Amino acid sequence: MYRENQRRFQFDWIIILLYVLLVAFGYLNILSASHVGEITNYFDTSQLYGKQLIFMGLSLILIILILSLEAKFYERFASIIYLIAILALLGLFIFGKEINGARSWYGIGSMTIQPSEFAKFATALAVAKYISDIQTNMKTLKDQLRVAAIIVIPALLILLQNDAGSTIVYLAFFFVFYREGLQQVYLVVALSLIFLAVLSLKLGVTITVLIAAAVLLSRYLLRRKKRSSVLQYILVLLLAIGFSFGVKLFYQHVLKPHQQNRISLWLRLEKDPIKLEKMKKAEAYNLIQSEQAISSGGITGKGFLQGTRTTGKFVPEQETDYIFSTVGEEWGFLGSSFVVILFVALIIRILYLAEAQKSQFSRVYGYGVASIFFLHFTINIGMVMGLIPTVGIPLPFFSYGGSGLWGFTILLFIFVKLDSNKINEW
Amino acid sequence: MRKLLLLSTTILVGLVFLARLFYLQVYHGASYSILEDTAIRKEYNYPKRGYVYDRNGKLLVANQPSYDVMVIPREIEPLDSLEIREFCDLLGIDVDTYEEKLQKAINYSPRLPSPFVPQLSKEDYAVLQEVMWKYEGFYIQKRSMRAYQTNIGANVLGDLGEVGQRDINRDSYYKMGDLIGKQGIEKSYEKTLRGTKGINFIQKDRFNKNIGPYKNGLYDTLPKPGKDITITIDSELQAYGELLMKHKRGGIVALEPSSGEILAMVTGPSYNPNLLVGRERNKNFSRLFRDTINMPTYDRGLQAQYPPGSPFKVINALIALQEGVVDTNDRFSCRMGYYYGSRKLTGCHHHKSPVNMNQGISQSCNAYFVNVYRRIIEKYDDAGDGVNVWANHAKSFGLGDFLNNDLPVGRPGRIPDGDYYDRAYGDDRWASTYIVSNAIGQGEVEATPIQLANMAAAIGNRGYYYTPHIIKDIEGDTIPSKFKLPKYTSIDKEHFEPVIQGMFDVYNEGTASTLRIPGIDICGKTGTAENFIKIDGVKTQLTDHSIFVAFAPKDNPTIAIAVFVENGYWGSRFAGKMASLMIEKYIKGETTRKDLEKWIFTHSLENEYAKPYSGEPFKINGETQLQVIENYATID
Repeated sequence: MYRENQRRFQFDWIIILLYVLLVAFGYLNILSASHVGEITNYFDTSQLYGKQLIFMGLSLILIILILSLEAKFYERFASIIYLIAILALLGLFIFGKEINGARSWYGIGSMTIQPSEFAKFATALAVAKYISDIQTNMKTLKDQLRVAAIIVIPALLILLQNDAGSTIVYLAFFFVFYREGLQQVYLVVALSLIFLAVLSLKLGVTITVLIAAAVLLSRYLLRRKKRSSVLQYILVLLLAIGFSFGVKLFYQHVLKPHQQNRISLWLRLEKDPIKLEKMKKAEAYNLIQSEQAISSGGITGKGFLQGTRTTGKFVPEQETDYIFSTVGEEWGFLGSSFVVILFVALIIRILYLAEAQKSQFSRVYGYGVASIFFLHFTINIGMVMGLIPTVGIPLPFFSYGGSGLWGFTILLFIFVKLDSNKINEW
Repeated sequence: MRKLLLLSTTILVGLVFLARLFYLQVYHGASYSILEDTAIRKEYNYPKRGYVYDRNGKLLVANQPSYDVMVIPREIEPLDSLEIREFCDLLGIDVDTYEEKLQKAINYSPRLPSPFVPQLSKEDYAVLQEVMWKYEGFYIQKRSMRAYQTNIGANVLGDLGEVGQRDINRDSYYKMGDLIGKQGIEKSYEKTLRGTKGINFIQKDRFNKNIGPYKNGLYDTLPKPGKDITITIDSELQAYGELLMKHKRGGIVALEPSSGEILAMVTGPSYNPNLLVGRERNKNFSRLFRDTINMPTYDRGLQAQYPPGSPFKVINALIALQEGVVDTNDRFSCRMGYYYGSRKLTGCHHHKSPVNMNQGISQSCNAYFVNVYRRIIEKYDDAGDGVNVWANHAKSFGLGDFLNNDLPVGRPGRIPDGDYYDRAYGDDRWASTYIVSNAIGQGEVEATPIQLANMAAAIGNRGYYYTPHIIKDIEGDTIPSKFKLPKYTSIDKEHFEPVIQGMFDVYNEGTASTLRIPGIDICGKTGTAENFIKIDGVKTQLTDHSIFVAFAPKDNPTIAIAVFVENGYWGSRFAGKMASLMIEKYIKGETTRKDLEKWIFTHSLENEYAKPYSGEPFKINGETQLQVIENYATID
């Protein structure tokens, strides 16, 4: 009996330790980025750092709640949770509150709640539920379309609320689908399309098409034995040409000017120095400031609460999306590397545990969790360090915000609960 | 395979991030300095610049407050045209200038302060200060500028100007808009005079607003005031020298032989140092620096490098005695010149013949010195060795190289050595007869007035000199020790007496016999130097320069002087008179020979200087009637 009990509550302490480290370190940086003048009261709820402490306290309650529920609950109620999330997103169109041009919040008194943060774990549950169904076969087009619909619905709703950043997160599920049997050709096509898109913007349509033609021709010539018909090659080339033109047109006519500028700056498309200066002034202020803040940290950083750029609030949105620049400035290369390593360790640990799950539901969900963390981590830190174009999404556990912290906490701890239960399954 | 995609991508991304962090923080951001942190505003407190006193304790340079109208373009509240006109009237500028200056400030930076109208007068400031609140974005900044207590010594005192980009690159102490010494002692004693700026570090936010002192002023420093200095110049003597130099071009350098202190350093034409202070500075600065005909900013006492002429004969006499090639009683005949075979190598004027050393010096006999010089060179088998020995002796008098003093400008002069002639004529393809011009201070030998004055001091001291310098005392500090060490010439002490006697007889019976000062024993030597310029590419000879070198009294001299007057005909015509007056003024404190003084005040060489620019043919050296100034003033 005693042994039974012990097994039932075998939580993965490594994940919990990583979580505690990330949240605690995140809090210290929010404190740095948000304090003005002397800190007199750490629980001052009129200050962001005070609020964050409350959010952390509530997270603890959420964790206890999640861990005390039956593991089977999540699988059983996945569809309902997903449905509630979709309804919450839909409700925004009627009751939503607009902040910074995005209609993504419910206002309750002075508090705001962002349902898109909760839609992530709901979608992950729904995807896990659908894929783990005994009748689902990810190799069939029918199931591929259905599971795609599960992620496209919330993604589309979020996009319509003008929150393009959060929409991109749903691309994370590609990793899940691939792991669960999506054909290799999707990966090849996806990578080719990304490659084509970047080439079309950087080198122009003509050169891109020539490169595509050259690649196809060499493939045709090298594959003498299993050669498919010339017609297929021509069809692929035509599609590539169409796509290349499409990307160019999309970039020029569909994207908003600020989005164009971000991409242009990233790919260094603008050659005219005067226009480039203007563009930098308009779009790259955040980026330049955050890169400078990170650089100025040096190896050991300026010390906790000692960052001059952080204190001077030089980096806009520093306590939210640009929180990593505070890490860079105050904790230096050592502290920043530590954060990067923590995230990589967390993702790898989740992946390792996901592969060890006996139930497919747990495994798929775990994969979803890892993928979502991966995308947030990659896009956010990549953006703050100037490696990828500006996309506004938070760094899990670091960026200020209750909805974000709770959303990621729930996302992670449902998996911790599922994992703790694997010993009881067979 | 499928299991590894996300895992490997995660690790890859992690590594890329670590590499990027390394690039940003370790490779790029290795050295953090609070001084370079753009999030910290550095506010500088300027220290008082040190005062300058003359050797008698007279204050020459002090400071005065100055008021600059500054502008921060982004903070300007738009003004209507009437308000702009009103504001312009107060500032004393027109509306076009207003727009122009504003545009310039915007181009520099919309967020940072730029000087708008610099250096208001006190009166303008008083009026403007009352209404300044009306013009948002403009404010008045108090600075300090120099206040000259004198109208003389522009070349000595120098001036302050804004630092250029090169100064900033050379020394990070300087920031845009700081002042730095540009000429004279302001330049050479810049670090002593300027003191050290104090810095307040202030945390600012991204709107450039001050938040508060950075770390409660932990790193802030107080300004350290500049040190006062006393210079060796006797301002009365300097003023007198400048007065004598009026309407002439040239330089006077007077030294105290027992210390190397520079008593006076006159250049003509000069200018009033007050011209380079205040609102008119830029205008006056370009006017002075672009005057390529009069060159008022060219210090002729330090930079005019010419053949020294006859005063150099004294050096040859000393070298000959040291080398033992002549005796003071050896006589050489002079047939109105020196003949090599039947070829006349150099001419001479009319005097008795033959002459011994004393008469050779006092009569300035060219033939005597060519003989002596050839003996020096020919003592050695190889003419190159001979010239090298001779050159080393001459160089021991501070000739032929920079004196290494504390003045920002100077010229090395030239004492040719054997290599010089090997390059000019080819190895062993020349002999002493090729270079006899050096015997009489012409030819390749060149020196500046300060070198000649120093040479006179070394002779007066009987064999040593102190490096001429301008610093006498630094508040709370000592002057560089190199100025306290005597430098010995390579001539033994006993050889000086006969030569000095010859220089004394220059006044008694020689070329300067009309310039004796009652009661003072002077030793001197006249000099007349031929000179040439190029007019439209044609080498043209101009009237000879007038040169005079002297020290007095004969024993334990208190002053050594060199006077150089461009195109002053001959040594005693201008330079000799001026040297004589300067010596009397310094030793007696006044001048007794008013007629001599008046002659100098009233005679101008300006007509002479206009000749090469007249475009017409002109005569040189022959003029007996000089230009006379009728209404001369002894003060400005």
